[in-house]
Amino acid sequence: MVLSAGDKSNVKGVFAKIGGQADEYGADALERMFATYPQTKTYFPHFDLGKGSAQVKGHGKKVAAALVEAANNIDDLAGALSKLSDLHAQKLRVDPVNFKLLGQCFLVVVATRNPSLLTPEVHASLDKFLCAVGTVLTAKYR
Amino acid sequence: MVHWTAEEKQLITGLWGKVNVEECGAEALARLLIVYPWTQRFFSDFGNLSSPTAIIGNPKVRAHGKKVLTSFGEAIKNLDNLKGTYSKLSELHCDKLHVDPENFRLLGDILVIVLAAHFTKDFTPACQATWQKLVGLVAHALARKYH
Repeated sequence: MVLSAGDKSNVKGVFAKIGGQADEYGADALERMFATYPQTKTYFPHFDLGKGSAQVKGHGKKVAAALVEAANNIDDLAGALSKLSDLHAQKLRVDPVNFKLLGQCFLVVVATRNPSLLTPEVHASLDKFLCAVGTVLTAKYR
Repeated sequence: MVHWTAEEKQLITGLWGKVNVEECGAEALARLLIVYPWTQRFFSDFGNLSSPTAIIGNPKVRAHGKKVLTSFGEAIKNLDNLKGTYSKLSELHCDKLHVDPENFRLLGDILVIVLAAHFTKDFTPACQATWQKLVGLVAHALARKYH
């Protein structure tokens, strides 16, 4: 799957609009993921996953920062996410199916917080982008 | 045997009561065809699907979207018997329409996003969890008679 110039522009537009609220989007996406797909909690036995958890907020911030970084370096996702890709392959080993689940939740967050931003075209581009990020993060798994 | 809590049933029926089935159905199907363009393979007789604008404005897409979501409404009236509700449709999708069940999951995810955009902050994490459970079960029920 290839990100077209239009896709890249749409994605950059989304993250420009989200701006400083990216941290909240990240935390919200994680909270929704844990609620909707309880099996994802198995990767966080060491976390307090209760409502308003500081750990979830902190992790949401990290996830959001990575997505922002990816969007800012959208012409070279593999390069931008290389270290994270290593981390996921060697240490975290999150099963690849879970990236789709987080992606779905991120889309829902954008939909709930900024519905007018998520036109069908932007929805398509953002979905492709999130897929591409997941692909890069699992690329070195084997 | 599917189990629904009273809260889940309320989150489903409460939301559904405020949904414009025609609009929501049209939007969900249009987004499916736009976001996952390979799904257009089932609609070669729908006419112009050449661009997002064409798809959104396509009257056959609107009509079919309404049909699909109306059927969803039937499921909501029969939450305790999704298998029975979708038995015939499952056979149809397998034997006549030849639709890969993965497409039901894709449409379900899109429907959740459409609802999220419509209801915004009212589409809480609990609400999302319940609706993802519902669309997953509907997809499962539709795939059940495949052979």
